[in-house]
Order: sequence, then structure tokens, then C-alpha cells
Amino acid sequence: MTTNNTLVHVSNVHKVYRRGSERIDVLAGVNLEVPRGDFLALMGPSGSGKSTLLNLLAGLDRPTEGSVSVEGHRIDQMSEAELARWRAQHVGFIFQLYNLLPVLTAERNVELPLLLAPLSAAQRRKHVQTALSVVGLEGRGKHRPMQLSGGQQQRVAIARAIAADPTLLLCDEPTGDLDRKSEDEILDLLQLLNREHNKTIIMVTHDPHAAARARRTLHLNKGVLSPEPVE
Amino acid sequence: MKYGPLIWGGLRRKRFRTAFTLLSILIAFVLYGYLSAIDTAFSLGVAVRGDDRMVIRHKFSMFTMLLPESHGPRIAQIPGVKDVAHGTFFAGVYQDSRNLFPSLPVDPESYLRVASEFVLPEEQKRAWLANRVGAVAGRALVDKYGWKIGDRIPLRSPIWRKADGSGAWEFELVGIYDGAYDGADTNQFLFRYDYFDEARATGKGLVGWYLVRIHKPAEAAQVGQRIDAEFANSFWETKTSPEKAFVRGVANQIGNIGVILGGILAAVFFTMLLVTANTMMQSVRERVAELAVLKTVGFTNGLVLRLVLAESVALAALGGGVGLALAWWAIRQYNPITGLIPSFFFPPRDVLIGVGYIAALGLTAGLLPAVQAMRLRVVDAMRRV
Repeated sequence: MTTNNTLVHVSNVHKVYRRGSERIDVLAGVNLEVPRGDFLALMGPSGSGKSTLLNLLAGLDRPTEGSVSVEGHRIDQMSEAELARWRAQHVGFIFQLYNLLPVLTAERNVELPLLLAPLSAAQRRKHVQTALSVVGLEGRGKHRPMQLSGGQQQRVAIARAIAADPTLLLCDEPTGDLDRKSEDEILDLLQLLNREHNKTIIMVTHDPHAAARARRTLHLNKGVLSPEPVE
Repeated sequence: MKYGPLIWGGLRRKRFRTAFTLLSILIAFVLYGYLSAIDTAFSLGVAVRGDDRMVIRHKFSMFTMLLPESHGPRIAQIPGVKDVAHGTFFAGVYQDSRNLFPSLPVDPESYLRVASEFVLPEEQKRAWLANRVGAVAGRALVDKYGWKIGDRIPLRSPIWRKADGSGAWEFELVGIYDGAYDGADTNQFLFRYDYFDEARATGKGLVGWYLVRIHKPAEAAQVGQRIDAEFANSFWETKTSPEKAFVRGVANQIGNIGVILGGILAAVFFTMLLVTANTMMQSVRERVAELAVLKTVGFTNGLVLRLVLAESVALAALGGGVGLALAWWAIRQYNPITGLIPSFFFPPRDVLIGVGYIAALGLTAGLLPAVQAMRLRVVDAMRRV
């Protein structure tokens, strides 16, 4: 049931891939409601469909069947150009491997989503500085990714994800490439963004330690979503 | 230009590869500049010649077979001929064997009448007529060697020796002529035939060729036939042709310049297209994940296409722009074929065409990689990483 507080509504979503004559059901009738301000961890073994679901929520892929709504907008029915514009305003995406542009400084990386907004250079600079200060990297704006540690690079990636103040943060194994200390720092930061800045976060992870930081956890197995892990 | 850092960053990604590509483009456009200047010079050499002028030379050779000075009055009497002047190949060398320019002994009054594109101030003309060793030079030549009126100009001729056996000739610069229009030859050095004829050891009374002005350009063929008929079956048989055809014939002794240059340029630009396109293809292939990130962030397919195209155009513009500027500068500094052609410059029209080539190169080379980048699906790209 959708309430006024529901941000993400996924209804009976199927995703089927075909490899030659073989049919692969990656998602098999997924239903999901995510309220505003939630911090949801999606867990499951490799190939369970976690990243596919995340891509559907980000509008990077389309379901074979079913509907995906975010803030009441049917993103599964949008054109490519509409989806791109929608992502720029509503979604911040955090990758496992940070995916910063190596030729740009941290500031320029964070600025990327702001280039698509109707902002002046001064306004963009202000937003960038705010985002970098939220992730604790005020003094590192001029550094290039290669000059930063893995944890710092992921912080820059988070700053990039929140720079345009999106409604939804989608994280694909955000701590999967980090040591324990950096992992904790990033999870602290995500919790901060959820609690202090009221960001809705959906995080895909393998790691129970990371999932424990979320408000709730759902498990995907063979394309089916359940509250408990399937043995 | 808010996307500037992104485009510049793409170019800086592989600095050596970008530098080598830039260098290739730069060299191609320097070559383009030089070849354009050469092509223009040869074309202009033909274009600036008057339709009402004809050249008369010995039937068998212009350089080794001369014509008697006495032909002049006879030519002047032939119907259709308006005026007659003559010139002789002197091949004067100034100080160093590399300083070779057209130097001709002429009759000042008749030559300036027929070669009316040479504009000499009246008082300087009078000074020339009053001074047997006087000479006049074109503005480009004077500027090149820093001469001024009153200077003594020594020339050595490998062809003409003086009666005393010396090959050294000395003249006093009494005038500087300008061209009446762009492209007029201001590289010539003219001195008095009467002094030359009196001083030379051999060939007295002979001239290299005649330049005639005719009444009606449309009757050039008939006038030419009349002139050649006048001297047929004599030792001094002539061959008369319109000046344009004559100059074109001299140029064509080197080859069909336009076709040769066009062929070279086509090969160079095709190679450049392949080099630049290859650079852009590699660049896009290496950046699949980065392009996917841009799309994830919200860059539309169209914007990604434009960014890749902009990068390709920037690469071409940087290399080509510097190349054109360098060509323009180098052409002003150094004329590789001094003396053979009247003027050597990089015409503004060809600079503009060069800018067009830069845009075409950038857009064409970037098109395929840009379309690939545009079609890239984020999900597929991330799976590849």
C-alpha cells in the first residue's frame, strides 16, 4: 500500500535477460515500498538481483514487467532524456569502486551533477564546498583522486552524490573496496546523511556489518525479496 | 564554458598520445599553409598577367637563343601591336649564391609602359633615365635586403661578363617601384639595357624576349600569327604566346602544381583524419566507465555526444590553429622559391578554408566515437568494468 510518506514504490517487477535461447529471471515479481527517510540495506548472494534492482530504482535500466515509482513519478515509463534529467535532480549514486574521473580534481568531480543545474559558477562552488565539508574533506578539493586514499575517494564520491541535494541515495556496495576503518567511516557518514540530513538511502551490500547500520534490511534471493535471508 | 574542464581533462588523460596527435595535426596544417601559398603564388603568377600582353621568344629556346634588338621596331609595326618592350635574363646574384632574384636589363620607358603594374614615382623615373648605372627594385626586394635609394648594389652574373672579363656589375638604386595591385611582382631588379649592352663582352644587340601589348585581347591569336610570320624562315624565328599561357607553361615545366598540391593535401588530411579518429576512439574506449558515470549523474545521451565531439574539435582546433599560425608566420619569414614566382603569401581565403578544414577534421574524426559514447548503456558499461 502506498502512503503519502512513500518515496519508492516497486510493484510486481520482473526483469528477464536472455542469453541465446536461455531465459534468466533476475527479478521475479519484486514488490517494495521505501518510505522517506528510510535507510534500507539490500542483501543477498551474488547474482541474486540486488544491483539489477538498484539500477531499476536509479532509472538506469527498465523492468521487463511491473512498475517503478519514485515520488509518484513512473520512472519505468520515462524516455531516456527524461530519465537523465530526473536522475540529475533526484538520485545520487555511490559506486563500489568510487568511479571518480581521474583527470578532474575532487572539486570538479563533485561539481559534475551541478553542471546540469541552472546555477552560476559561484553557486556551484558554494554547493561543492558544502558537500565536501559534509563528508569532511574541506581541504582536499584541489586533490586529484590518485592523491587520495580509498576512503577519501569514496567520501568524494558521496559528496558528488549529495551535491545536487537529491531525494534518494543509491549505494552499490559502497564499502566493498575499503578496509574496516574506512568502511566504518563511510557507514558513519551514510548514517549521518540519513539521520541528520534526512536522506533516503538504499544500500546494496554483501556485508552484514554494513547492513547492521541500516534501519532495516531486506534479502534478495533468486529474484525474490524477503525480510529474512533464505537458507 | 562550464564543460571546459571536462573537455580539457579528456585531452589531458593521455598526455603523450594527445601531444603526438597535436603535433601531427600541427605539421599537417603547416604543410597546408605552405602548399596553399605555393599554389596561390603559381595561380597568381598566371592570374595577374594581362590578357592584352603577349611574350615573343625565340622559336627554339628562351634561355639559350636570343633575339635581335632590331626586331623591336618591326614588331611595333605589325597590325594589332600597341606597344613593345624587351627583357633579358641576367640571373644576377647578390652577395651570396642563395640571393637570386629576377634581374633584367630593360629600356626604362618602354618597359614601364608595357609592364604598367610597376608603379614608379615620376621623379625616380627621371633619375633612372638620367643615370646609366641606375636601377630600380620592387618594394618586396628592397624590404628583404634593407636597401635604400642611393645604395650601390653589386650583382654577379654567371651568364654575362663585362668587356673587361669581370662578372661583377654594380648599380645605383635610384627608384623603388610598388605593385599597382595585390600579387603584382615587386621582387624584380631592373636596370638599363643601354648600359648593359655597352658593357657586356658578348651578345651585343641581342635581347631575351619581347613583351608586347596588343590593342584587342580577342585578336591575340591572329596578332601572334602575324608576328611569327614576320620572322618565319629566318635565323631569328619567333614563338609568340599570350603572357598567361607563357607563365603557365613555365610553371607547368615543374608539373601541374595544382594537381600535385591537391594530391599531397588530400593524402595528408586523410591520414590526419585516421590519426585523430583513432585517438578519439581509443580515448572513448578507455573511458567507458567515466562516460557511464556521467550518464548516471544525469548527463543526457545528446550531451555526452556533444562533449566527445567538442573534445575532438578542440584537439583539431589546438593543433590546426597553432599549425595555421605557424604557417602564416613561417611564410612571412621564408620564401622557398624566391625568384620563380612573383609573390609568396598565405591568402586570407585559404586561412579561412583552413579553419573550415579544422572544424571538418574535428567533427568527422569525433563522429564515430561520439555516437558510440552516446549509445553506451550505463548498465552494460558497468558490467564491463
